[in-house]
Amino acid sequence: MPPVAYSWGRYPRTAQTLVDVTDRHACLPRPASSMLPYGNGRSYGDSCLNADGDLLRTRALDRFIAFDPTTGVLSCEAGVLFSEILNLAVPQGWFLPVTPGTCFVTIGGAIANDVHGKNHHRAGTIGHHVVSLELLRSDGQRLQCSAAENADWFSATIGGLGLTGLITRVEIHLRRIASPWMSTETIKFPDVDTFFELSAASERDYEYTVAWIDCAAKGKALGRGLFSRANHAPALADQRPDAPKRRLTMRVTPPVSLVNPLSLRAFNWAYYHRQRQPAWRATTRYEAFFYPLDGIGQWNRMYGPRGFLQYQCVVPPGQSASTIPRLIECISRAGGGSFLAVLKQFGDIPSLGMLSFPRPGTTLALDFPNAGPSTFALLDQLDTLVAASGGAVYPAKDARMSGTHFRQYFPGWEAFSRFIDPRFSSSFWRRVME
Amino acid sequence: MQNVLVVGATSAIAEATCRLYAARGARLCLAGRNTQRLNDMADDLRVRGAQDVAVHALDVNDIANHAQFIESAWQGRSGMDVVLIAHGTLPDQTACETSAELSLQEFATNATSTIALLTPIANRMQASGKGTIAVISSVAGDRGRASNYLYGSAKAAVTTFLSGLRQRLYAHGVHVLTIKPGFVDTPMTRNFKKGALWAKPDAVATGIVRAIDRKRAIAYLPGFWALIMLIIRCVPEAIFKRVKL
Ligand SMILES: Cc1cc2nc3c(=O)[nH]c(=O)nc-3n(C[C@H](O)[C@H](O)[C@H](O)COP(=O)(O)OP(=O)(O)OC[C@H]3O[C@@H](n4cnc5c(N)ncnc54)[C@H](O)[C@@H]3O)c2cc1C
Ligand SMILES: NC(=O)c1ccc[n+]([C@@H]2O[C@H](COP(=O)([O-])OP(=O)(O)OC[C@H]3O[C@@H](n4cnc5c(N)ncnc54)[C@H](OP(=O)(O)O)[C@@H]3O)[C@@H](O)[C@H]2O)c1
Repeated sequence: MPPVAYSWGRYPRTAQTLVDVTDRHACLPRPASSMLPYGNGRSYGDSCLNADGDLLRTRALDRFIAFDPTTGVLSCEAGVLFSEILNLAVPQGWFLPVTPGTCFVTIGGAIANDVHGKNHHRAGTIGHHVVSLELLRSDGQRLQCSAAENADWFSATIGGLGLTGLITRVEIHLRRIASPWMSTETIKFPDVDTFFELSAASERDYEYTVAWIDCAAKGKALGRGLFSRANHAPALADQRPDAPKRRLTMRVTPPVSLVNPLSLRAFNWAYYHRQRQPAWRATTRYEAFFYPLDGIGQWNRMYGPRGFLQYQCVVPPGQSASTIPRLIECISRAGGGSFLAVLKQFGDIPSLGMLSFPRPGTTLALDFPNAGPSTFALLDQLDTLVAASGGAVYPAKDARMSGTHFRQYFPGWEAFSRFIDPRFSSSFWRRVME
Repeated sequence: MQNVLVVGATSAIAEATCRLYAARGARLCLAGRNTQRLNDMADDLRVRGAQDVAVHALDVNDIANHAQFIESAWQGRSGMDVVLIAHGTLPDQTACETSAELSLQEFATNATSTIALLTPIANRMQASGKGTIAVISSVAGDRGRASNYLYGSAKAAVTTFLSGLRQRLYAHGVHVLTIKPGFVDTPMTRNFKKGALWAKPDAVATGIVRAIDRKRAIAYLPGFWALIMLIIRCVPEAIFKRVKL
């Protein structure tokens, strides 16, 4: 039986042939049916899966090619992890220009989803910092892509969901930092309106903003949460000890999800009330600020053998004040959300990719244990609200949106289709093209 | 700053080891037959902090070429602090059983070439009176098994050769390390089903560097293989011959 490859949500599970790509100069293999690049499997749904086809694993393409510590331009193979870039760059005073909430993603995978971070309002998406990339097609062609050269292939491949070919090599611009520390401030907010106020007030002076919301709270407390804003700290006079490198790992999958309505309410209540003050400041290591979940290896197993679904949507600016509370209400009424509900205001820097997800508005992201049909029904309900608002759902986190919704969210899909490599396909793409 | 020479540098275990030396700012000298790959590695190791990386094309079976290779590797260096020999192949045992030619070819790659390389290298190291010669042998060399005794006997030859070399060079301040990995997830073992006993090249590399730093004589990697092999070596031949391994 062919091995099962997982995405981060451990749903769906599909059998496929795993092929390791070990040489960036070699041609692509000839798949029996179709192939799809697979980075580090940190996408949640089926966009990094290719049921009954081949998956080209890129983790062995993990070589750096060049780094200029005076300009911060790094050139590397596509399977290099963000964690590896940080290990190299931070001691030399450089940082990732954009990072998702985990550092265990490959640079190729990050570009294929055009990932965003807490600094979207300042820095846009990862695509804005890609100087150039090489795209290898199944016919053996190698396209050098940048804003100036093969610009159409460049914008198809950024956020191209791995469908335009294999990214072999990438050149990106890093961001200068004075220290590995972050100056952070956390502020409690009682409702969604206050979230919008805090966001607007923080954008100018804070490079990073994000909020955690208590998605179990109802009634007057609906949408309460903790707003977090931060900047890279200046060089610190006192030499602080490095972060301890302790890592826990969930080695086994519990028989049932540890996330259920009871544990959820308890956790969220305690998390919201853990601090009495309305606001507090801290200086923390960048790892603790950007990647709190990376401290627990394979935390995705806590949702049990049925896995989980993540839902991330964006609602345009004019609609968010009305739609976001309705989404949260829908979730809190169903009691099915998770510990990790995140709200963030995207800025208005236009994304470069034809299928990029980030666009101006408010983005909401959260996990749902897979409880079967009721979970899917709830997510369909959310989709109806998002679609009516003119928003979109993030393919990197999706395992179930309908083709109709996808095509409405991403009107560029038709123009994009022309750039798909004839031998490439994915479970996600076949699903949303149905 | 350490001078490090690696033969069979494109091996997954060797590459992981090179990265650890690069992070220490070592001067590296890489030898292997895939020069494209060696040049990619050289770029990578420079970014990771290596002071200087030189690349040498070498097919270890091309013994006539060894002298010239060693001459150029040593050129401009005061001597080597570490020589790591890592090349190897995993022969198809069944195919070897019907072809003496193939058997000898595989034996040459895994044993004869190493002995040939170590002869001049040992003399250079002895003359400089410092450093460590580290060679990747295998747990497979500890006992012949039906499933891979051609490979096992080549590794046994290397292990025994190293044991003698260690005694000889000890008096001259040169250390000899025999590295005996268990199952490692590398291109060599691509087609094997992986289980709990399997280690990653990174972990083995960390073990290699630690063993070199501590001037150990033999390093089973990961360490639990010492125990497994102790037990396997103790089984009397009369019983061992009936076991399927
Ligand atoms: C805890 C957590 C937090 C996250 N936070 C965020 C966040 O804040 N913002 C955000 O945007 N995302 C976030 N994500 C999602 C994650 O950043 C993306 O899914 C990312 O693309 C995963 O990268 P990967 O290397 O694991 O790629 P995979 O998930 O393996 O693949 C992703 C896509 O990239 C393609 N691909 C991979 N390698 C290549 C290549 N070499 N060439 C061409 N295509 C390729 C694949 O085909 C697939 O379509 C988060 C994920 C987790 C688990
Ligand atoms: N993997 C295991 O489970 C395991 C266990 C015990 C011991 N070992 C030993 O560990 C060492 C490293 O192997 P690995 O696991 O890292 O496998 P690997 O990645 O396949 O490396 C083997 C290397 O040997 C090189 N090589 C083979 N023949 C050569 C020749 N004639 N001339 C020059 N180079 C040659 C190969 O070079 P090319 O790139 O040019 O092919 C390749 O780089 C080997 O000695 C192996 O026997 C491995």
